[in-house]
Amino acid sequence: MTIRGLLSATALVALPVAAMAQDLPPCENCANSMTVVSWGGAYQTSQIKAYAEPYAAMTGVSFTWDESSNEAVAKLRAMNEAGNITWDLVDVEGPDSQRLCDEGLAMEVDIDEILAAGDDGSTPREDFADSVVNDCYIPQIVFSTTFGYRTNVAEWEGRTPDNLCALFDLENFPGKRSLEKRPKKNIEWALLCDGVEKDDLYDVLSTQEGVERALAKLDTIKSETIWWSAGAETPQRLADGEVVMGSTYNGRLFSVIVEQNQPVDMLWDWQVFDFDGWIIPEGLPEDRLNRVLHFLHFATDTQRLADQAKYISYGPARASSQPLVSTHADLGVEMAPHMPTNPENQKNYLVNNIEWWADNQDDVEARFQAWLAQ
Amino acid sequence: MTAATDNGFVVFDRVQKSYDGETLVVKDLNLSIGKGEFLTMLGPSGSGKTTCLMMLAGFETATHGEILLDGKPINNIPPHKRGIGMVFQNYALFPHMTVAENLAFPLEVRKFGKSEREEKVQRALEMVQMGAFGGRRPAQLSGGQQQRIALARALVFEPELVLMDEPLGALDKQLREHMQFEITRLAHNLGITTVYVTHDQTEALTMSDRVAVFNDGRIQQLAAPDVLYEEPVNSFVAQFIGENNTLLGTVTEIKGGVAVVRLDDGELIDAKPVNVTKPGDRTLVSIRPERVEINKERLSPNAHLIHAEVLEFIYMGDIYRTRLRVAGNDDFVIKTRNAPDQRRLKPGEHIEIGWLPEDCRALDAPA
Amino acid sequence: MTEATRTGPMLAADGTPLKRSLQRALRAQKLRALMLIAPLLAFILVTFVAPIADMLFRSVENQIVSDTLPRTAQAIRGWDHNSGEPPGDDVLAAFTIDMIAAVERKQHTRLGTRLNYEQNGLSSLFRKTGRGVADIGETYRDQFAALDPAWKDAGIWANLFADPSWRADHDAWEAARAAARTAGRPFAEPVPAFRLNDDLADVLPETADAYLDFARAVQGNRNGDPAARAPWPPVYLALYRDLTAIGVGRIATLDAEAQALLDPAHYAVRSFERADLAAIYRDIDRAWGQPTVWATIQTFSPAYTPGYFLTAVDLKQTPDGIVSQPADQKIYIMLFQRTLVMSLAIMAACVLLGYPIAFLLANLPLRTSNLLLILVLLPFWTSLLVRTSAWKVLLQQQGVINDILVWIGIVDNAGRLILINNQTGTIIAMTHILLPFMILPLYSVMKTIPPSYVRAAKSLGATNWTAFWRVYFPQSVPGIGAGCILVFILAIGYYITPELVGGTSGTFISNRIAYHISSSLNWGLAAALGTILLAVVLALYWTYDRLVGIDKVNLG
Repeated sequence: MTIRGLLSATALVALPVAAMAQDLPPCENCANSMTVVSWGGAYQTSQIKAYAEPYAAMTGVSFTWDESSNEAVAKLRAMNEAGNITWDLVDVEGPDSQRLCDEGLAMEVDIDEILAAGDDGSTPREDFADSVVNDCYIPQIVFSTTFGYRTNVAEWEGRTPDNLCALFDLENFPGKRSLEKRPKKNIEWALLCDGVEKDDLYDVLSTQEGVERALAKLDTIKSETIWWSAGAETPQRLADGEVVMGSTYNGRLFSVIVEQNQPVDMLWDWQVFDFDGWIIPEGLPEDRLNRVLHFLHFATDTQRLADQAKYISYGPARASSQPLVSTHADLGVEMAPHMPTNPENQKNYLVNNIEWWADNQDDVEARFQAWLAQ
Repeated sequence: MTAATDNGFVVFDRVQKSYDGETLVVKDLNLSIGKGEFLTMLGPSGSGKTTCLMMLAGFETATHGEILLDGKPINNIPPHKRGIGMVFQNYALFPHMTVAENLAFPLEVRKFGKSEREEKVQRALEMVQMGAFGGRRPAQLSGGQQQRIALARALVFEPELVLMDEPLGALDKQLREHMQFEITRLAHNLGITTVYVTHDQTEALTMSDRVAVFNDGRIQQLAAPDVLYEEPVNSFVAQFIGENNTLLGTVTEIKGGVAVVRLDDGELIDAKPVNVTKPGDRTLVSIRPERVEINKERLSPNAHLIHAEVLEFIYMGDIYRTRLRVAGNDDFVIKTRNAPDQRRLKPGEHIEIGWLPEDCRALDAPA
Repeated sequence: MTEATRTGPMLAADGTPLKRSLQRALRAQKLRALMLIAPLLAFILVTFVAPIADMLFRSVENQIVSDTLPRTAQAIRGWDHNSGEPPGDDVLAAFTIDMIAAVERKQHTRLGTRLNYEQNGLSSLFRKTGRGVADIGETYRDQFAALDPAWKDAGIWANLFADPSWRADHDAWEAARAAARTAGRPFAEPVPAFRLNDDLADVLPETADAYLDFARAVQGNRNGDPAARAPWPPVYLALYRDLTAIGVGRIATLDAEAQALLDPAHYAVRSFERADLAAIYRDIDRAWGQPTVWATIQTFSPAYTPGYFLTAVDLKQTPDGIVSQPADQKIYIMLFQRTLVMSLAIMAACVLLGYPIAFLLANLPLRTSNLLLILVLLPFWTSLLVRTSAWKVLLQQQGVINDILVWIGIVDNAGRLILINNQTGTIIAMTHILLPFMILPLYSVMKTIPPSYVRAAKSLGATNWTAFWRVYFPQSVPGIGAGCILVFILAIGYYITPELVGGTSGTFISNRIAYHISSSLNWGLAAALGTILLAVVLALYWTYDRLVGIDKVNLG
């Protein structure tokens, strides 16, 4: 008996207990395997635990995971040119989904039609509300990009950063910073700390001078900055003492602070609220598309999204999942206070302006990269 | 003799050499080489001859003992200060330099002036009849030409001692014979002391004043070529130098400079005792193939006759080579001159052969 | 067998047959040899030659502009960019039809991204325009509809512009669908591919052209039915333009049905309220009122462009010729220089470190040298990422090397050396990673230098140093050459290590290429940069061959 056979046999035994198999409608004309693309690391693990393993146990579908989400746009474009789409489901951030949708590389979907209603009876569109960022996007989680800092920096003489602008304060908070090698978020933060009001932010940025102003502000810390391109870099540098503060995703900071107990703490100030979810590549054959839709119906229901929060401190995108968020699967820590969706953590915050960035990404990115290289 | 008291030009005094600290490659070497002498170290590979040469050149250090050059110990003098010319087996001409640059190299490091250098180089090239080849690269020369250049380079700085490590090994037979003659001529004309290493006994016999036969880390015999050939002192030398017929037997009697040996098939023969001392000694009796006579009329009356069966006859031009079965030995070879009156033996023929007792040497039997 | 023996000598005597049979034998041999290498040949063609050819092609390919804006590319040719005025209505109308078709096919954002490489700001402009373009022509649609409600009817449009044969096919298709529906059968038959009525296309060329694009777009998008959807507003703009441009006689050539529809419209358009296209575009974005944007479109409308190569050397193609990039955009020449200089530094470091090691290896007894050789090769068996990450741990400011230096007291705690995220980091880590590529060729060359050369030199009176420098070193030069070529060529194409330890000042041109491939998606520029890099490598190789001779290179 093969391993998979064994698994499905176990699943059969477990069926009456799980009691959710009844909820799962049969899948007609469906492929038996799926290639799912995600970000790797703890995040992908949380998806495997919360969605893929239960689904595989019930259906016997085999999953192949590809950790290429950070290159999803380039790779999907190449697949599209070659006319051979090998991916079935791709986890991307909001702006990438926008770009894929704009270029016709992602399939447009009606989430009211393909997703399950919320446990509280709300329609998917009501339930997901603001996290539905475009017509191709199937929401999954919300997360924040925020700041971590070391708590034992001798040069700070006991001072602790209490707001975002400590980032630009080399006098009181000397030391190396770790920032993302992309303009997004960095230029917003730079302007906020340069005295621009939140409401004027994108008006200012829409002018050429606005971007230059942000870069000028970033110039003040450029020599003290190490740039990152992978989310794991800042937590590692913080833990090593290579940098004294840096931006990264809140889930990464959670694992440094709570799971690894490093002398690091985090700020919830002007964190950027962001969306991450699925897109289905355009042009899938029918049987594979059927399988993907069948899986998505299951994987984005209220319970599954709440389950994911057991493994990582990112908030479920459904409102109906919030009450079900419980404790961390291994540590037993209450997860709600660590969620970006927790009201306590939402005093000052930005929401990733996907529209503005979709329009201006190319322009600003080109300018930022030239600034960086010089 | 102890070499220290000897006043040879090159002296090895109880020299030992070991590479691994367990076995001796050179065991207690004592050797004195006179000024102007051409001495050849001859022996099979692994016999220690090359090691001795390398110790003399300074590329190996003696584990024990002293090497003296012109009366001065040289153990602690680095090779480049010994002033010894050397010719290597593969010539070791520097491939990235022209012939003239190769020759100028030793002069350059000795800080000779440019004009003096050029003059000496030209003279050395002419000495080996290569005057026109100064501008060429070694790779553009034939083997024999490279050999001459290597020789010229070893001589150009006028050393008093030249070492040659199998310098003719890579040449074909004809060229080799020619070069043997050239080298001896040069060495004698210039009056240089030469130590020559080879495993080719013909080379050793034709070129040397004296030959030191090496085996197993020791000199087995040190003698002039003719002595070495005619009067080998032990069975190794007898077998290593020239061709030899050997018969095994036991000494039954030694009397009046003649040993009576009973061969293993029962035949009794007379032989000259060389290193057998008493009756009952096992012995190897050796007779040179060209000293065996098949024509009874040419034998002296006291020659010993023995029965033989012809197994094979080989025509070799200047000589005939006939293989016989003698006293149970199937490899008994005789050489007869190709003369008008010479008989050609036929396989299967039964004949009587004989030799003078003094040509038949009773040597030690190898264990 | 006997046959062959009998005819053999005859053939040989004859001459030609012998040659032919020899050729046949050789051909069989060649064929067999070819078959043996065929898998490798195919592999190389597919994985090496084809991608390089594709890259070379991409670096000049620019069909996206003429593919996405075919009418505009045609119409804008006659416009003079020095006039100080944006192009006139003809170009704007053509652009409108192109844009709406591109929006439907989701091509306009890609085009915007493409043109943004040449002029910053065009990406957002095209996105913005894509949202507004669907409304252009609404004025005319409403006026046509007011004239005759039939102008809003999708079926009438389709009937008017379709070839009669298509109409018949379409009717048949509809009948089949209705039959299936009543029978409750699933119906998946596609709509017949739309065919244009040539007569009408003669009379109303712009409208027919626009309507064809519309019909194709509708069919292309989930197999829609053109007869079930009213045309885009810009199609009405085209209709208005056609009708104002033609004489009465033209319509009279059409069939009665078409005349009935077109005659009143032809008469009425003269009194239609005109839409000011220039003003509409200025409203969408002020940039459309400037000639610069149009000049960029004009300059980059040919199917092939030197633009990527110019960008790759910090130049820029403008309508007025080639100019230098603005100072804040000049990075590529600097990056190429940095790549070359740092690769030379890495190469030099490899020679300095590798030579003694190779010398040692070549001169030790075989057993010891084999052991050491394994140590040299050990890094080869470790993942590149692991090795580079190890360097991060060693080199960072709180890393092992700094800790040791602080502990010894060479540097104080505040003055820890910055060894990573800069050029120092890249040079150190890459020297380590590329060192085996220097040591191995050196070792294999040194192994072939007999010890008798140095001995000969010493016997001739040379000191150790002279013997080494005058005799040994010159003979090891081919090894140095081979190692240098290998290390240098590997170094200038290196990507992972500079990315991980180079920060912003220690990255190479290859990092920029990777960025354009996977992040900015500017594949054309990446291809141009890659092509230049390839050319530099080939040029260096050629120079080396001329100076030293590639046959002297010994890789062991």
